[in-house]
Amino acid sequence: MSRDSDNLVEIRGLSFARGDRMIFDGIDLDLRRGKVTAIMGPSGTGKTTLLRLIGGQLRPLSGSIRVDGQEVPRLRRDQLFDLRKRMGMLFQSGALLTDLTVFDNVAFPLREHTRLGEALIRDLVLMKLEAVGLRGARDLMPSELSGGMARRVALARAIALDPMMIMYDEPFTGQDPMSMGVLVKLIRLLNDALGLTSVVVSHDVAETAGIADYIYLISGGKVVAQGTPEALDRERSPWVNQFMHGEPDGPVPFHYPAPDFADDLLGAG
Amino acid sequence: MDTLQNLGRWALGMFERLGRGHLFLLYVLMGTPGLLFRLRLVVQQVYSVGVLSLLIVTVSGLFVGMVLGLQGYNTLVDFGSEEALSVVVALSLVRELGPVVTALLFAGRAGSALTAEIGLMKATEQLAGMEMMAVDPLRRVVAPRFLAGFISMPLLAAIFSAVGVFGGWFVGVGLLGVDDGAFWSQMTAKVDFYEDIVNGVIKSAVFGFVATWIALFEGYDAVPTSEGVSRATTRTVVHTALAVLGLDFVLTALMFGGV
Ligand SMILES: Nc1ncnc2c1ncn2[C@@H]1O[C@H](COP(=O)(O)OP(=O)(O)OP(=O)(O)O)[C@@H](O)[C@H]1O
Ligand SMILES: [Mg+2]
Repeated sequence: MSRDSDNLVEIRGLSFARGDRMIFDGIDLDLRRGKVTAIMGPSGTGKTTLLRLIGGQLRPLSGSIRVDGQEVPRLRRDQLFDLRKRMGMLFQSGALLTDLTVFDNVAFPLREHTRLGEALIRDLVLMKLEAVGLRGARDLMPSELSGGMARRVALARAIALDPMMIMYDEPFTGQDPMSMGVLVKLIRLLNDALGLTSVVVSHDVAETAGIADYIYLISGGKVVAQGTPEALDRERSPWVNQFMHGEPDGPVPFHYPAPDFADDLLGAG
Repeated sequence: MDTLQNLGRWALGMFERLGRGHLFLLYVLMGTPGLLFRLRLVVQQVYSVGVLSLLIVTVSGLFVGMVLGLQGYNTLVDFGSEEALSVVVALSLVRELGPVVTALLFAGRAGSALTAEIGLMKATEQLAGMEMMAVDPLRRVVAPRFLAGFISMPLLAAIFSAVGVFGGWFVGVGLLGVDDGAFWSQMTAKVDFYEDIVNGVIKSAVFGFVATWIALFEGYDAVPTSEGVSRATTRTVVHTALAVLGLDFVLTALMFGGV
Protein backbone atom coordinates (compact mmCIF):
# COMPACT_ATOMS: atom_id res chain seq x y z
CA MET A 1 0.00 0.00 0.00
CA SER A 2 1.41 3.36 -0.93
CA ARG A 3 0.80 6.71 0.68
CA ASP A 4 -0.79 8.91 -1.92
CA SER A 5 -2.92 11.98 -1.90
CA ASP A 6 -5.92 10.07 -3.21
CA ASN A 7 -6.44 8.96 0.36
CA LEU A 8 -8.13 11.40 2.67
CA VAL A 9 -7.48 9.19 5.65
CA GLU A 10 -4.55 6.84 6.01
CA ILE A 11 -4.21 4.59 9.01
CA ARG A 12 -1.05 2.57 9.50
CA GLY A 13 -0.22 0.05 12.19
CA LEU A 14 -2.89 1.38 14.51
CA SER A 15 -3.13 -0.22 17.94
CA PHE A 16 -5.51 0.71 20.69
CA ALA A 17 -6.39 -0.92 24.00
CA ARG A 18 -9.11 -0.51 26.58
CA GLY A 19 -7.61 -1.62 29.85
CA ASP A 20 -5.90 -4.93 29.13
CA ARG A 21 -8.03 -5.68 26.12
CA MET A 22 -6.55 -4.93 22.71
CA ILE A 23 -9.27 -3.42 20.54
CA PHE A 24 -7.01 -2.87 17.52
CA ASP A 25 -3.82 -4.72 16.92
CA GLY A 26 -1.95 -3.06 14.11
CA ILE A 27 -4.54 -2.30 11.45
CA ASP A 28 -4.00 -0.51 8.14
CA LEU A 29 -6.89 1.25 6.50
CA ASP A 30 -7.37 3.87 3.77
CA LEU A 31 -10.33 6.06 2.99
CA ARG A 32 -10.22 7.27 -0.57
CA ARG A 33 -11.30 10.77 -1.43
CA GLY A 34 -14.74 11.07 -2.89
CA LYS A 35 -15.67 7.48 -2.14
CA VAL A 36 -17.99 5.78 0.29
CA THR A 37 -16.05 3.37 2.44
CA ALA A 38 -17.86 0.95 4.68
CA ILE A 39 -16.49 -0.49 7.87
CA MET A 40 -18.26 -3.62 9.02
CA GLY A 41 -17.72 -6.14 11.70
CA PRO A 42 -19.40 -7.88 14.58
CA SER A 43 -20.83 -5.79 17.42
CA GLY A 44 -18.19 -4.72 19.90
CA THR A 45 -15.18 -5.03 17.59
CA GLY A 46 -14.43 -1.34 17.84
CA LYS A 47 -16.05 0.34 14.87
CA THR A 48 -17.22 3.29 16.93
CA THR A 49 -13.82 3.37 18.58
CA LEU A 50 -12.20 3.61 15.16
CA LEU A 51 -14.29 6.64 14.24
CA ARG A 52 -13.37 8.29 17.51
CA LEU A 53 -9.72 7.66 16.83
CA ILE A 54 -10.04 9.27 13.41
CA GLY A 55 -11.83 12.24 14.99
CA GLY A 56 -9.07 12.62 17.57
CA GLN A 57 -11.28 11.93 20.58
CA LEU A 58 -9.17 8.94 21.56
CA ARG A 59 -5.41 8.54 21.29
CA PRO A 60 -3.93 5.39 19.80
CA LEU A 61 -1.44 3.27 21.65
CA SER A 62 0.76 3.29 18.57
CA GLY A 63 0.51 3.76 14.85
CA SER A 64 -0.35 6.70 12.66
CA ILE A 65 -3.66 8.27 11.69
CA ARG A 66 -3.39 10.84 8.92
CA VAL A 67 -6.38 12.91 7.90
CA ASP A 68 -5.83 15.17 4.91
CA GLY A 69 -2.09 14.94 5.48
CA GLN A 70 -2.25 15.82 9.17
CA GLU A 71 -1.20 13.39 11.86
CA VAL A 72 -4.26 13.49 14.12
CA PRO A 73 -2.80 12.23 17.44
CA ARG A 74 -0.08 14.90 17.28
CA LEU A 75 -2.28 17.91 16.55
CA ARG A 76 -2.61 20.70 19.06
CA ARG A 77 -6.08 21.32 20.35
CA ASP A 78 -6.76 24.31 18.09
CA GLN A 79 -5.45 22.48 15.03
CA LEU A 80 -7.60 19.50 15.92
CA PHE A 81 -10.63 21.77 16.22
CA ASP A 82 -9.90 23.31 12.83
CA LEU A 83 -9.73 19.85 11.35
CA ARG A 84 -12.97 18.81 13.04
CA LYS A 85 -14.81 21.73 11.47
CA ARG A 86 -14.22 19.91 8.20
CA MET A 87 -15.39 16.52 9.51
CA GLY A 88 -18.98 15.69 10.23
CA MET A 89 -19.79 12.84 12.53
CA LEU A 90 -23.10 11.15 13.02
CA PHE A 91 -23.13 9.56 16.45
CA GLN A 92 -24.71 6.18 17.02
CA SER A 93 -26.98 7.81 19.61
CA GLY A 94 -27.57 11.00 17.62
CA ALA A 95 -26.11 13.12 20.43
CA LEU A 96 -28.54 15.96 19.80
CA LEU A 97 -28.52 18.80 22.31
CA THR A 98 -31.63 18.08 24.32
CA ASP A 99 -32.31 21.66 25.41
CA LEU A 100 -32.49 22.96 21.84
CA THR A 101 -35.17 22.46 19.21
CA VAL A 102 -34.50 20.51 16.04
CA PHE A 103 -34.00 23.80 14.21
CA ASP A 104 -31.52 25.15 16.77
CA ASN A 105 -29.65 21.86 16.82
CA VAL A 106 -29.01 22.06 13.10
CA ALA A 107 -28.22 25.76 13.37
CA PHE A 108 -25.82 25.13 16.25
CA PRO A 109 -22.59 24.55 14.28
CA LEU A 110 -23.45 27.44 11.94
CA ARG A 111 -23.97 29.82 14.83
CA GLU A 112 -20.82 28.64 16.58
CA HIS A 113 -18.49 28.76 13.64
CA THR A 114 -19.81 31.32 11.17
CA ARG A 115 -20.93 34.91 11.26
CA LEU A 116 -23.87 34.36 8.95
CA GLY A 117 -27.00 36.38 9.52
CA GLU A 118 -30.10 34.74 10.96
CA ALA A 119 -31.97 34.90 7.66
CA LEU A 120 -29.23 32.99 5.87
CA ILE A 121 -28.90 30.50 8.71
CA ARG A 122 -32.62 29.89 8.52
CA ASP A 123 -32.45 29.12 4.81
CA LEU A 124 -29.47 26.81 5.27
CA VAL A 125 -31.08 24.94 8.15
CA LEU A 126 -34.32 24.48 6.26
CA MET A 127 -32.40 23.15 3.27
CA LYS A 128 -30.57 20.59 5.39
CA LEU A 129 -33.77 19.57 7.16
CA GLU A 130 -35.57 19.27 3.84
CA ALA A 131 -32.84 16.93 2.64
CA VAL A 132 -33.54 14.52 5.50
CA GLY A 133 -37.31 14.98 5.19
CA LEU A 134 -37.81 16.68 8.56
CA ARG A 135 -38.44 20.30 7.64
CA GLY A 136 -41.84 20.02 9.28
CA ALA A 137 -40.31 18.84 12.54
CA ARG A 138 -38.18 21.93 13.05
CA ASP A 139 -39.99 23.09 16.19
CA LEU A 140 -39.94 19.76 17.99
CA MET A 141 -37.60 19.06 20.87
CA PRO A 142 -35.24 16.07 20.59
CA SER A 143 -37.24 14.24 23.26
CA GLU A 144 -40.25 14.34 20.94
CA LEU A 145 -38.43 12.55 18.12
CA SER A 146 -38.24 8.85 17.45
CA GLY A 147 -34.79 7.25 17.39
CA GLY A 148 -34.74 7.17 13.62
CA MET A 149 -35.86 10.78 13.32
CA ALA A 150 -33.22 11.88 15.82
CA ARG A 151 -30.56 10.23 13.72
CA ARG A 152 -31.78 12.05 10.63
CA VAL A 153 -31.67 15.38 12.46
CA ALA A 154 -28.14 14.52 13.54
CA LEU A 155 -27.31 13.89 9.90
CA ALA A 156 -28.67 17.29 8.95
CA ARG A 157 -26.51 18.81 11.65
CA ALA A 158 -23.44 16.88 10.54
CA ILE A 159 -23.70 18.31 7.02
CA ALA A 160 -24.55 21.84 8.18
CA LEU A 161 -21.00 23.11 7.75
CA ASP A 162 -20.51 21.33 4.41
CA PRO A 163 -17.63 19.19 5.66
CA MET A 164 -15.10 17.41 3.47
CA MET A 165 -15.86 14.10 5.14
CA ILE A 166 -18.70 12.52 7.07
CA MET A 167 -18.49 9.57 9.41
CA TYR A 168 -21.76 7.76 9.87
CA ASP A 169 -22.00 5.50 12.90
CA GLU A 170 -24.85 3.05 12.26
CA PRO A 171 -27.03 5.42 10.22
CA PHE A 172 -29.55 2.71 9.34
CA THR A 173 -30.53 1.34 12.72
CA GLY A 174 -34.06 2.27 13.66
CA GLN A 175 -35.09 3.36 10.16
CA ASP A 176 -38.20 2.01 8.53
CA PRO A 177 -37.71 0.57 5.02
CA MET A 178 -38.76 3.81 3.39
CA SER A 179 -36.55 6.21 5.31
CA MET A 180 -33.81 3.62 5.04
CA GLY A 181 -34.07 3.83 1.28
CA VAL A 182 -34.08 7.62 1.44
CA LEU A 183 -31.03 7.61 3.70
CA VAL A 184 -29.11 5.24 1.50
CA LYS A 185 -29.80 7.47 -1.48
CA LEU A 186 -28.99 10.57 0.55
CA ILE A 187 -25.61 9.29 1.66
CA ARG A 188 -24.74 8.45 -1.91
CA LEU A 189 -26.09 11.75 -3.20
CA LEU A 190 -24.28 13.86 -0.63
CA ASN A 191 -21.12 12.00 -1.38
CA ASP A 192 -21.32 12.46 -5.13
CA ALA A 193 -22.92 15.89 -5.38
CA LEU A 194 -20.81 17.60 -2.74
CA GLY A 195 -17.66 15.61 -3.42
CA LEU A 196 -17.53 14.36 0.14
CA THR A 197 -15.67 11.41 1.49
CA SER A 198 -17.91 9.15 3.50
CA VAL A 199 -17.34 6.42 6.03
CA VAL A 200 -20.28 4.25 6.91
CA VAL A 201 -20.18 1.96 9.91
CA SER A 202 -22.99 -0.51 9.76
CA HIS A 203 -24.26 -4.03 10.30
CA ASP A 204 -26.75 -3.87 7.50
CA VAL A 205 -24.85 -5.85 4.92
CA ALA A 206 -27.29 -5.43 2.05
CA GLU A 207 -27.77 -1.64 2.38
CA THR A 208 -24.13 -0.99 3.01
CA ALA A 209 -22.93 -3.16 0.18
CA GLY A 210 -25.40 -1.25 -1.99
CA ILE A 211 -23.74 2.13 -1.49
CA ALA A 212 -20.16 1.36 -0.54
CA ASP A 213 -17.34 1.64 -3.02
CA TYR A 214 -15.03 -0.28 -0.75
CA ILE A 215 -15.58 -2.39 2.33
CA TYR A 216 -13.36 -3.25 5.27
CA LEU A 217 -14.37 -6.11 7.52
CA ILE A 218 -12.76 -5.94 10.92
CA SER A 219 -12.84 -8.47 13.71
CA GLY A 220 -10.65 -9.35 16.64
CA GLY A 221 -8.54 -6.22 16.24
CA LYS A 222 -7.57 -6.98 12.64
CA VAL A 223 -8.79 -6.22 9.17
CA VAL A 224 -9.97 -9.67 8.12
CA ALA A 225 -11.03 -8.78 4.61
CA GLN A 226 -11.31 -5.82 2.30
CA GLY A 227 -12.41 -5.14 -1.20
CA THR A 228 -15.24 -3.90 -3.36
CA PRO A 229 -18.69 -5.23 -2.50
CA GLU A 230 -18.65 -7.47 -5.57
CA ALA A 231 -15.27 -8.90 -4.69
CA LEU A 232 -16.30 -9.60 -1.13
CA ASP A 233 -19.52 -11.18 -2.24
CA ARG A 234 -17.56 -13.62 -4.38
CA GLU A 235 -15.00 -14.17 -1.68
CA ARG A 236 -14.90 -17.79 -0.64
CA SER A 237 -13.18 -17.46 2.74
CA PRO A 238 -15.45 -18.89 5.44
CA TRP A 239 -15.23 -15.76 7.62
CA VAL A 240 -16.35 -13.37 4.92
CA ASN A 241 -18.93 -15.79 3.65
CA GLN A 242 -20.44 -16.16 7.08
CA PHE A 243 -20.52 -12.45 7.87
CA MET A 244 -21.74 -11.25 4.48
CA HIS A 245 -24.50 -13.84 4.33
CA GLY A 246 -25.43 -13.79 7.98
CA GLU A 247 -25.01 -17.46 8.73
CA PRO A 248 -25.12 -18.42 12.39
CA ASP A 249 -22.34 -21.00 12.34
CA GLY A 250 -18.80 -20.37 11.32
CA PRO A 251 -15.63 -18.65 12.43
CA VAL A 252 -17.13 -15.22 13.24
CA PRO A 253 -17.23 -14.84 17.00
CA PHE A 254 -20.65 -13.89 18.33
CA HIS A 255 -19.52 -13.89 21.96
CA TYR A 256 -17.51 -11.35 23.92
CA PRO A 257 -14.26 -13.11 24.96
CA ALA A 258 -15.11 -15.41 27.87
CA PRO A 259 -13.82 -18.50 29.62
CA ASP A 260 -15.15 -21.84 28.51
CA PHE A 261 -18.92 -21.98 29.03
CA ALA A 262 -18.90 -25.36 30.76
CA ASP A 263 -16.17 -24.25 33.17
CA ASP A 264 -18.14 -21.10 33.91
CA LEU A 265 -21.33 -23.03 34.66
CA LEU A 266 -19.59 -25.57 36.83
CA GLY A 267 -18.25 -22.59 38.79
CA ALA A 268 -14.49 -22.91 39.04
CA GLY A 269 -14.64 -20.26 41.80
CA MET B 1 -0.96 -5.56 53.07
CA ASP B 2 -4.23 -5.27 51.20
CA THR B 3 -5.40 -2.40 53.36
CA LEU B 4 -2.15 -0.57 52.77
CA GLN B 5 -2.45 -1.05 49.04
CA ASN B 6 -6.03 0.10 49.07
CA LEU B 7 -5.11 3.14 51.10
CA GLY B 8 -2.38 3.98 48.62
CA ARG B 9 -4.70 3.52 45.68
CA TRP B 10 -7.34 5.65 47.35
CA ALA B 11 -4.86 8.44 48.08
CA LEU B 12 -3.48 8.39 44.54
CA GLY B 13 -6.99 8.46 43.15
CA MET B 14 -7.89 11.39 45.33
CA PHE B 15 -4.88 13.45 44.36
CA GLU B 16 -5.41 12.66 40.72
CA ARG B 17 -8.98 13.85 40.98
CA LEU B 18 -7.90 16.95 42.83
CA GLY B 19 -5.46 17.69 40.03
CA ARG B 20 -8.15 17.17 37.41
CA GLY B 21 -10.43 19.47 39.34
CA HIS B 22 -7.88 22.28 39.31
CA LEU B 23 -7.05 21.85 35.63
CA PHE B 24 -10.77 21.92 34.95
CA LEU B 25 -11.08 25.18 36.85
CA LEU B 26 -8.16 26.65 34.94
CA TYR B 27 -9.72 25.81 31.56
CA VAL B 28 -13.08 27.15 32.64
CA LEU B 29 -11.57 30.41 33.88
CA MET B 30 -9.70 30.76 30.60
CA GLY B 31 -13.03 30.39 28.84
CA THR B 32 -14.80 33.16 30.74
CA PRO B 33 -13.32 36.27 29.03
CA GLY B 34 -14.71 35.09 25.69
CA LEU B 35 -18.18 35.22 27.21
CA LEU B 36 -18.10 39.02 27.12
CA PHE B 37 -19.14 38.70 23.52
CA ARG B 38 -21.79 36.11 24.25
CA LEU B 39 -23.58 37.57 27.24
CA ARG B 40 -26.82 35.92 26.18
CA LEU B 41 -25.42 32.53 27.20
CA VAL B 42 -24.64 33.88 30.67
CA VAL B 43 -27.97 35.61 31.08
CA GLN B 44 -29.80 32.39 30.25
CA GLN B 45 -27.89 30.61 32.96
CA VAL B 46 -28.33 33.39 35.51
CA TYR B 47 -32.01 32.78 34.96
CA SER B 48 -31.91 29.04 35.59
CA VAL B 49 -29.27 29.13 38.32
CA GLY B 50 -30.24 32.35 40.07
CA VAL B 51 -33.78 33.42 39.32
CA LEU B 52 -35.20 29.94 39.79
CA SER B 53 -33.51 29.76 43.23
CA LEU B 54 -35.19 33.00 44.31
CA LEU B 55 -38.28 31.46 45.81
CA ILE B 56 -36.55 29.02 48.13
CA VAL B 57 -34.01 31.67 49.16
CA THR B 58 -36.68 34.27 49.96
CA VAL B 59 -38.89 31.91 51.90
CA SER B 60 -35.96 30.51 53.89
CA GLY B 61 -34.63 34.02 54.55
CA LEU B 62 -37.99 35.09 55.89
CA PHE B 63 -38.24 32.19 58.32
CA VAL B 64 -34.63 32.41 59.45
CA GLY B 65 -35.14 36.12 60.15
CA MET B 66 -38.33 35.45 62.09
CA VAL B 67 -36.64 32.80 64.21
CA LEU B 68 -33.73 35.16 64.87
CA GLY B 69 -36.28 37.80 65.92
CA LEU B 70 -37.92 35.44 68.40
CA GLN B 71 -34.74 34.00 69.86
CA GLY B 72 -33.00 37.36 70.00
CA TYR B 73 -35.95 39.03 71.69
CA ASN B 74 -36.26 36.33 74.35
CA THR B 75 -32.58 36.67 75.27
CA LEU B 76 -32.36 40.45 75.07
CA VAL B 77 -35.55 41.14 76.98
CA ASP B 78 -33.94 39.68 80.13
CA PHE B 79 -31.32 42.42 79.95
CA GLY B 80 -33.87 45.05 79.06
CA SER B 81 -32.10 45.78 75.80
CA GLU B 82 -34.62 44.61 73.26
CA GLU B 83 -33.97 47.72 71.09
CA ALA B 84 -30.71 46.00 70.15
CA LEU B 85 -32.76 43.24 68.52
CA SER B 86 -32.21 44.67 65.04
CA VAL B 87 -28.44 44.58 65.54
CA VAL B 88 -28.48 40.93 66.54
CA VAL B 89 -30.70 40.00 63.61
CA ALA B 90 -28.86 42.06 61.01
CA LEU B 91 -25.34 41.10 62.07
CA SER B 92 -26.14 37.37 62.27
CA LEU B 93 -27.64 37.52 58.82
CA VAL B 94 -25.15 39.71 57.03
CA ARG B 95 -22.03 38.17 58.52
CA GLU B 96 -22.97 34.51 58.79
CA LEU B 97 -26.38 33.13 58.02
CA GLY B 98 -26.92 35.00 54.79
CA PRO B 99 -23.83 33.68 52.99
CA VAL B 100 -23.76 30.25 54.66
CA VAL B 101 -27.42 29.25 54.50
CA THR B 102 -27.78 30.66 51.01
CA ALA B 103 -24.75 28.63 49.88
CA LEU B 104 -26.26 25.47 51.36
CA LEU B 105 -29.60 26.15 49.70
CA PHE B 106 -27.76 27.00 46.49
CA ALA B 107 -25.97 23.65 46.56
CA GLY B 108 -29.27 21.84 46.98
CA ARG B 109 -31.27 23.84 44.46
CA ALA B 110 -28.85 24.98 41.77
CA GLY B 111 -25.68 22.94 42.36
CA SER B 112 -27.35 19.57 42.17
CA ALA B 113 -29.21 20.64 39.04
CA LEU B 114 -25.97 21.76 37.39
CA THR B 115 -24.27 18.47 38.20
CA ALA B 116 -27.15 16.41 36.89
CA GLU B 117 -27.44 18.51 33.75
CA ILE B 118 -23.74 18.33 32.83
CA GLY B 119 -23.50 14.67 33.87
CA LEU B 120 -26.45 13.73 31.68
CA MET B 121 -25.05 15.71 28.77
CA LYS B 122 -21.93 13.63 29.16
CA ALA B 123 -23.82 10.36 29.49
CA THR B 124 -25.86 11.05 26.35
CA GLU B 125 -22.73 11.94 24.34
CA GLN B 126 -23.83 15.56 23.93
CA LEU B 127 -20.47 16.80 25.15
CA ALA B 128 -18.60 14.39 22.87
CA GLY B 129 -20.86 15.47 20.02
CA MET B 130 -20.00 19.11 20.63
CA GLU B 131 -16.31 18.31 20.64
CA MET B 132 -16.67 16.60 17.29
CA MET B 133 -18.34 19.77 16.01
CA ALA B 134 -15.21 21.62 17.11
CA VAL B 135 -17.09 23.34 19.94
CA ASP B 136 -15.34 23.23 23.28
CA PRO B 137 -17.91 22.20 25.90
CA LEU B 138 -15.84 23.81 28.64
CA ARG B 139 -16.27 27.17 26.94
CA ARG B 140 -19.72 26.74 25.51
CA VAL B 141 -21.47 24.84 28.31
CA VAL B 142 -19.46 25.02 31.50
CA ALA B 143 -18.03 28.55 31.52
CA PRO B 144 -21.38 30.37 31.23
CA ARG B 145 -22.78 28.29 34.07
CA PHE B 146 -19.75 29.01 36.17
CA LEU B 147 -20.03 32.73 35.66
CA ALA B 148 -23.77 32.62 36.34
CA GLY B 149 -23.27 30.80 39.63
CA PHE B 150 -20.53 33.16 40.69
CA ILE B 151 -22.71 36.20 39.94
CA SER B 152 -25.91 34.78 41.40
CA MET B 153 -24.66 33.63 44.79
CA PRO B 154 -23.81 37.08 46.28
CA LEU B 155 -27.08 38.47 44.97
CA LEU B 156 -29.07 35.61 46.44
CA ALA B 157 -27.25 35.99 49.76
CA ALA B 158 -28.03 39.71 49.79
CA ILE B 159 -31.69 38.99 49.13
CA PHE B 160 -31.68 36.35 51.85
CA SER B 161 -30.28 38.84 54.37
CA ALA B 162 -32.64 41.63 53.35
CA VAL B 163 -35.70 39.41 53.58
CA GLY B 164 -34.37 38.02 56.88
CA VAL B 165 -34.12 41.51 58.39
CA PHE B 166 -37.69 42.10 57.33
CA GLY B 167 -38.70 38.81 59.01
CA GLY B 168 -36.95 39.90 62.23
CA TRP B 169 -38.69 43.26 62.04
CA PHE B 170 -42.05 41.60 61.55
CA VAL B 171 -41.63 39.45 64.65
CA GLY B 172 -39.85 42.05 66.82
CA VAL B 173 -41.75 45.19 65.92
CA GLY B 174 -44.95 43.72 64.59
CA LEU B 175 -45.64 40.96 67.10
CA LEU B 176 -43.49 41.59 70.17
CA GLY B 177 -43.74 45.37 70.37
CA VAL B 178 -40.14 46.53 69.94
CA ASP B 179 -40.00 50.23 69.10
CA ASP B 180 -40.02 50.73 65.33
CA GLY B 181 -37.73 53.78 65.29
CA ALA B 182 -35.20 52.17 67.64
CA PHE B 183 -35.15 49.03 65.50
CA TRP B 184 -33.99 50.84 62.37
CA SER B 185 -31.77 53.47 64.01
CA GLN B 186 -29.88 50.88 66.08
CA MET B 187 -29.35 48.83 62.97
CA THR B 188 -28.04 51.70 60.82
CA ALA B 189 -25.80 52.82 63.67
CA LYS B 190 -24.23 49.47 64.49
CA VAL B 191 -23.92 47.69 61.18
CA ASP B 192 -20.72 48.81 59.49
CA PHE B 193 -20.54 48.93 55.72
CA TYR B 194 -16.98 47.64 55.29
CA GLU B 195 -16.63 45.52 58.40
CA ASP B 196 -19.94 43.72 58.03
CA ILE B 197 -21.55 44.11 54.67
CA VAL B 198 -18.49 43.99 52.43
CA ASN B 199 -17.08 41.04 54.35
CA GLY B 200 -20.40 39.25 54.01
CA VAL B 201 -20.43 39.86 50.28
CA ILE B 202 -16.86 38.56 49.97
CA LYS B 203 -17.88 35.42 51.83
CA SER B 204 -20.83 34.81 49.57
CA ALA B 205 -18.70 35.39 46.49
CA VAL B 206 -16.16 32.83 47.70
CA PHE B 207 -18.94 30.36 48.48
CA GLY B 208 -20.49 30.96 45.08
CA PHE B 209 -17.15 30.30 43.38
CA VAL B 210 -16.57 27.08 45.30
CA ALA B 211 -20.13 25.77 45.12
CA THR B 212 -20.36 26.31 41.37
CA TRP B 213 -16.91 24.83 40.77
CA ILE B 214 -17.76 21.69 42.73
CA ALA B 215 -21.12 21.28 41.04
CA LEU B 216 -19.75 21.68 37.52
CA PHE B 217 -16.70 19.51 38.07
CA GLU B 218 -18.74 16.71 39.62
CA GLY B 219 -21.00 16.75 36.58
CA TYR B 220 -18.15 16.91 34.10
CA ASP B 221 -16.20 14.17 35.85
CA ALA B 222 -19.22 11.93 36.52
CA VAL B 223 -19.21 8.31 35.43
CA PRO B 224 -21.47 8.59 32.38
CA THR B 225 -24.27 6.32 33.56
CA SER B 226 -27.46 7.01 35.47
CA GLU B 227 -25.91 5.65 38.65
CA GLY B 228 -22.76 7.70 38.13
CA VAL B 229 -24.76 10.88 37.67
CA SER B 230 -26.86 10.22 40.75
CA ARG B 231 -23.72 9.65 42.84
CA ALA B 232 -22.16 12.80 41.48
CA THR B 233 -25.24 14.79 42.41
CA THR B 234 -25.10 13.52 45.96
CA ARG B 235 -21.40 14.32 46.16
CA THR B 236 -22.06 17.86 44.98
CA VAL B 237 -24.41 18.56 47.85
CA VAL B 238 -22.24 16.88 50.48
CA HIS B 239 -18.93 18.34 49.34
CA THR B 240 -20.33 21.81 48.89
CA ALA B 241 -21.81 21.75 52.39
CA LEU B 242 -18.50 20.65 53.90
CA ALA B 243 -16.46 23.09 51.85
CA VAL B 244 -18.74 26.00 52.69
CA LEU B 245 -18.77 25.32 56.42
CA GLY B 246 -15.01 24.78 56.56
CA LEU B 247 -14.26 27.86 54.48
CA ASP B 248 -16.67 29.87 56.60
CA PHE B 249 -14.53 29.24 59.65
CA VAL B 250 -11.35 30.20 57.81
CA LEU B 251 -12.87 33.35 56.36
CA THR B 252 -14.42 34.38 59.64
CA ALA B 253 -11.09 33.95 61.41
CA LEU B 254 -9.38 36.06 58.75
CA MET B 255 -12.01 38.79 58.66
CA PHE B 256 -13.12 39.20 62.20
CA GLY B 257 -9.85 38.09 63.79
CA GLY B 258 -9.60 36.63 67.24
CA VAL B 259 -7.69 33.49 66.23
N1 LIG C 1 -15.58 3.78 27.54
C1 LIG C 1 -15.19 2.50 27.43
N2 LIG C 1 -14.46 1.93 28.41
C2 LIG C 1 -14.02 0.66 28.30
N3 LIG C 1 -14.28 -0.12 27.26
C3 LIG C 1 -15.00 0.38 26.25
C4 LIG C 1 -15.49 1.72 26.27
N4 LIG C 1 -16.17 1.94 25.13
C5 LIG C 1 -16.10 0.80 24.43
N5 LIG C 1 -15.40 -0.15 25.09
C6 LIG C 1 -15.10 -1.49 24.59
O1 LIG C 1 -14.51 -1.35 23.34
C7 LIG C 1 -15.03 -2.33 22.45
C8 LIG C 1 -15.38 -1.65 21.15
O2 LIG C 1 -16.48 -0.80 21.36
P1 LIG C 1 -17.18 -0.03 20.18
O3 LIG C 1 -18.24 0.81 20.74
O4 LIG C 1 -16.13 0.61 19.35
O5 LIG C 1 -17.82 -1.25 19.36
P2 LIG C 1 -18.64 -1.22 18.01
O6 LIG C 1 -17.86 -2.00 17.02
O7 LIG C 1 -18.99 0.17 17.65
O8 LIG C 1 -19.93 -2.05 18.39
P3 LIG C 1 -21.46 -1.80 17.92
O9 LIG C 1 -21.57 -2.31 16.55
O10 LIG C 1 -22.24 -2.64 18.87
O11 LIG C 1 -21.74 -0.34 18.05
C9 LIG C 1 -16.21 -3.00 23.13
O12 LIG C 1 -15.89 -4.35 23.31
C10 LIG C 1 -16.36 -2.33 24.46
O13 LIG C 1 -16.40 -3.33 25.46
MG1 LIG D 1 -20.66 1.30 17.71
